[in-house]
Amino acid sequence: MTLKARVIPCLDVKDGRVVKGVNFLDLVDAGDPVEAAKAYDLAGADELCFLDITASSDNRETIFDVVARTADHCFMPLTVGGGVRAVGDIRKLLLAGADKVSINSAAVNNPDFVAEAADKFGNQCIVVSIDAKKVSAAGEANRWEIFTHGGRNPTGIDAIDFAGRMVERGAGELLVTSMDRDGTKVGYDLELTRAIADSVRVPVIASGGVGDLDDLVAGVKQGHATAVLAASIFHFGTYTVGEAKRYMADHGIAMRLD
Amino acid sequence: MRVAIIDYGSGNLRSATKAFERAAREAGIDAAIELTDRPDIVAAADRVVLPGVGAYADCRAGLKAVSGMNEALIEAVETKARPFLGICVGMQLMSSRGLEKTTTEGLGWIKGDVVEMTPSDPELKIPQIGWNTLELAAPHPLFDGIPTGRGGLHAYFVHSYHLAATNPAEVIATIEYGGAMTAFVGRDNMAGSQFHPEKSQKLGLALISNFLRWKP
Repeated sequence: MTLKARVIPCLDVKDGRVVKGVNFLDLVDAGDPVEAAKAYDLAGADELCFLDITASSDNRETIFDVVARTADHCFMPLTVGGGVRAVGDIRKLLLAGADKVSINSAAVNNPDFVAEAADKFGNQCIVVSIDAKKVSAAGEANRWEIFTHGGRNPTGIDAIDFAGRMVERGAGELLVTSMDRDGTKVGYDLELTRAIADSVRVPVIASGGVGDLDDLVAGVKQGHATAVLAASIFHFGTYTVGEAKRYMADHGIAMRLD
Repeated sequence: MRVAIIDYGSGNLRSATKAFERAAREAGIDAAIELTDRPDIVAAADRVVLPGVGAYADCRAGLKAVSGMNEALIEAVETKARPFLGICVGMQLMSSRGLEKTTTEGLGWIKGDVVEMTPSDPELKIPQIGWNTLELAAPHPLFDGIPTGRGGLHAYFVHSYHLAATNPAEVIATIEYGGAMTAFVGRDNMAGSQFHPEKSQKLGLALISNFLRWKP
């Protein structure tokens, strides 16, 4: 009857292994991203996201094998990000079995890359990942700036303007992460999420800061996101994906509970 | 049974191949799933699948760029009447024309143009990305045993355009997205899915099994 809000677990993958592991089920190998993906697939995740944080160029190829092995077992939509800088990277990820790729620093450094990627592969598979921090002082109108390198480097670029420019260039979806909130468990930056979601036509995924299930509800209801991404609350077994989806449904959000 | 999935450089081909293999295995259907860019294999296949992701015009051009493939597809589907399933842009290519970016002539199997979705509710996002339930407009063997409607199983969509089919008899299922948008089309031995069965878990695997058993 209606499009459902999505719950998306995100796995950080380094050198082909899940960072810190996943503890919510009796996995044979908690560090194997494919095992974790299978478990999330069974748990009813609406999509899965891999963020490749491999630093060494020697091990950059490991993610293709992880994606391919995941696609062999999981019939859920898969987004892969981290180190996507060239059309060739995207092609290899899609061939391995990714459905969407997320572009982060390359979109900041070279916005035309987003246009090139969207032209080649279609807007629907290009997610632009926006890492933003609030830079306005208390009492000022809200202002957020794009940061790169895990929130260390300011760019001087306004996050709302950037979001609009990325959509103009062909981003089919925006993954909006508050770098102030990431890892804090105090909830999404709802004002940031909403400011971007209300300014663009494409779907927005809220990210950064989830501590409990009310945060997911707020991401949709107050943040106007159409999807909510979370990592540690699922990986550490605080909540299952199923619990999260039922909780959101109980709070009046249309969810897929197949 | 030989099932040819056409490889013309578009789409999440590995996912599609793996989903067909799994559906066949789970349904106990003896099927060889072949991902191929060879027209002779397509022309001789018992069933043909056309995936597709990206822009209409690019996919149409990609299909024509594989020498002999367009002819092989027409031979298998029109002349030999082999069961055919188009997926996403592969489904859209079944239309008369695509109006994305430019006007592109389609395969002409389903009457109507592929047009941008214009939901009546301005809050609805474009592209539509995610899970939606289906409203079955007419019974179809590919939906045998699949619960649809409110409370039915969900299908996974990622699209900004849909096939505005002009012959209601060719619309098998719709979705509600600020108005009724086309989700599934069919006539004779031809079927086309706007959603991704290969990503739609329960509903998808059931639909693929039905396709492998289908005797139109």
